[in-house]
Amino acid sequence: MASTQELQKIASQVRRDIVRQVAGVGTGHPGGSLGCADLLVALYCDVMKHDPSFNMEAKGEDVFILSNGHISPVFYSVLARSGYFDPKELATFRLIGSRLQGHPATHEGLPGIRVATGSLGQGISVASGIAASKKLDGDDRWVFCLTGDGEQQEGQVWEAALFGHQYKLDNFIVIADRNHAQIDGSTEEVMSLGDLSSKWAAFGWHTMKMDGNNMEDVVKTLNAAKELKGKGKPIFIEMATTMGQGVDFMMDGHKWHGKAPNEEQSAIAMAQLEETLGDY
Amino acid sequence: MSSSSLFPNFPVTGKKSTRDGFGAGLAVAGDKHDNVVALCADLVGSLKMEAFIEAHPERFFQMGISEANMMGVAAGMAVTGHVPFTGTFANFSTGRVYDQIRQSIAYSDKNVKICASHAGLTLGEDGATHQILEDIGLMKMLPGMTVINPCDYNQTKAATIAIAEHHGPVYLRFGRPSWPNFMPEDQPFEVGKGILMKEGTDVSVFATGHMVWQAMEAVAKLEAEGVSCELINIHTIKPLDEELILRSAKKTGRVVTCEEHNRIGGLGDAVAQLMARNHPVPQEYVAVDDSFGESGKPEQLLDKYGLSIDDTADAIRRCVKR
Repeated sequence: MASTQELQKIASQVRRDIVRQVAGVGTGHPGGSLGCADLLVALYCDVMKHDPSFNMEAKGEDVFILSNGHISPVFYSVLARSGYFDPKELATFRLIGSRLQGHPATHEGLPGIRVATGSLGQGISVASGIAASKKLDGDDRWVFCLTGDGEQQEGQVWEAALFGHQYKLDNFIVIADRNHAQIDGSTEEVMSLGDLSSKWAAFGWHTMKMDGNNMEDVVKTLNAAKELKGKGKPIFIEMATTMGQGVDFMMDGHKWHGKAPNEEQSAIAMAQLEETLGDY
Repeated sequence: MSSSSLFPNFPVTGKKSTRDGFGAGLAVAGDKHDNVVALCADLVGSLKMEAFIEAHPERFFQMGISEANMMGVAAGMAVTGHVPFTGTFANFSTGRVYDQIRQSIAYSDKNVKICASHAGLTLGEDGATHQILEDIGLMKMLPGMTVINPCDYNQTKAATIAIAEHHGPVYLRFGRPSWPNFMPEDQPFEVGKGILMKEGTDVSVFATGHMVWQAMEAVAKLEAEGVSCELINIHTIKPLDEELILRSAKKTGRVVTCEEHNRIGGLGDAVAQLMARNHPVPQEYVAVDDSFGESGKPEQLLDKYGLSIDDTADAIRRCVKR
């Protein structure tokens, strides 16, 4: 088990990786990636049982599906930093011929990716299918799925919510990145989501909340969620985050959802993020 | 001349629906393979999935009227090594869930079998909202997708069993009506290999799905008029049996394509492209002329939209004159 301090150190390097990937190619989605860095580090470096030698079928392993595929920079960094591939490959993000596509894909064979995501609303269904399969196979490991909050505007999300309840997927944890921001503005202005947890509770899910930018709370909440195994209900966690967390000028608002920093901005960001594991 | 004397290896053994063939094949595939799972969006009776459910209740997933979620769940089950068969109408198996199939199944190379009933005009009275005539085109444009449209009960059953052992995403298209059953029982089914039904020298007729029967009857009429027709059953539209089609077309110098689908995007287009690239020859289409269908009895609709036996015979006559 990693200490909170160790996890925070990894998260700092992951945030550097995110900014460097996006700045390196001049495109990509830094905002949500920075906001979700603590969650992905907690999952891959502490909470999940997984094998970086990567087997698609994941028998006996916990599985993570990134439904909001546009925050690929955080996914790639965490996969690389936890041993799925050499962090040097992060330098190829979004370049022609790279395995690190703009949105995660299986097509180029990047270890750690089990399904393509990017067109929103689909990952929860795929993750539900993995969770249902694990139950069918008598495999008692967990399935985690991260979604954006804006993504909850997709109707398919609610089809999957019905399914999770119907099939009592108590090995399944859906986490919504509640940063209140999407491309065109705040989620409440664009298409109000209101009280997300109440909506999921009404669909029959056990709901929890956590501060997604507080490593201690993230680890504690995920472990508490795992205590609910066998209780007959899937679990929804509303995770409060700040878009752009860790880089002051990117924080709050939706401006840095899908925008790359220039050289000067990048240098300012780097000065705010400690290099802990060595840049790629 | 009757079609029975012209096709001695393909005697009609009664009438059954292709969807019944799917149900029978799914039950066999479920018995043979522990990793086959079935999903259905509230159409168990229409898709004839009862036998599978009775034998393997734990491997059946009722999905409710949630086709988008069904495609995603199927992709997830394929991740873990299962072979999911999804069941709903052709319309809801394709157009309604195109992006789910594109991203979660085709682009992600997931071993999902998309099984689609009630395709085409022969759905009948439910009308154009349900009579999809664009599904072959939609599916064959997806890289890596196999597209199969079997012609009768026996062939649909055989195809269903075969695709369980074929790795990769498959679109299996079949229909609602009771239809002549003439392919041999328990035939081997080879994905991507057309079946020569009858040799001929004047014109090559390539037919798929229910239209194979229409073409058999039309060919019988033409043979009586002294036209020697070669008839090939193209159950797999993608990958197309290019070798068999080219060999036949080079011999006869004329091709007619027959399908219960829009003229745009279907078998005819696939054959035309093959010919244009390799061996341009005159071609006639028996297909719906870029139109939606309407309510009516299957026979009435086939007649009104140019897919009757007489329409098929006329197309062959036109082609022979070119």
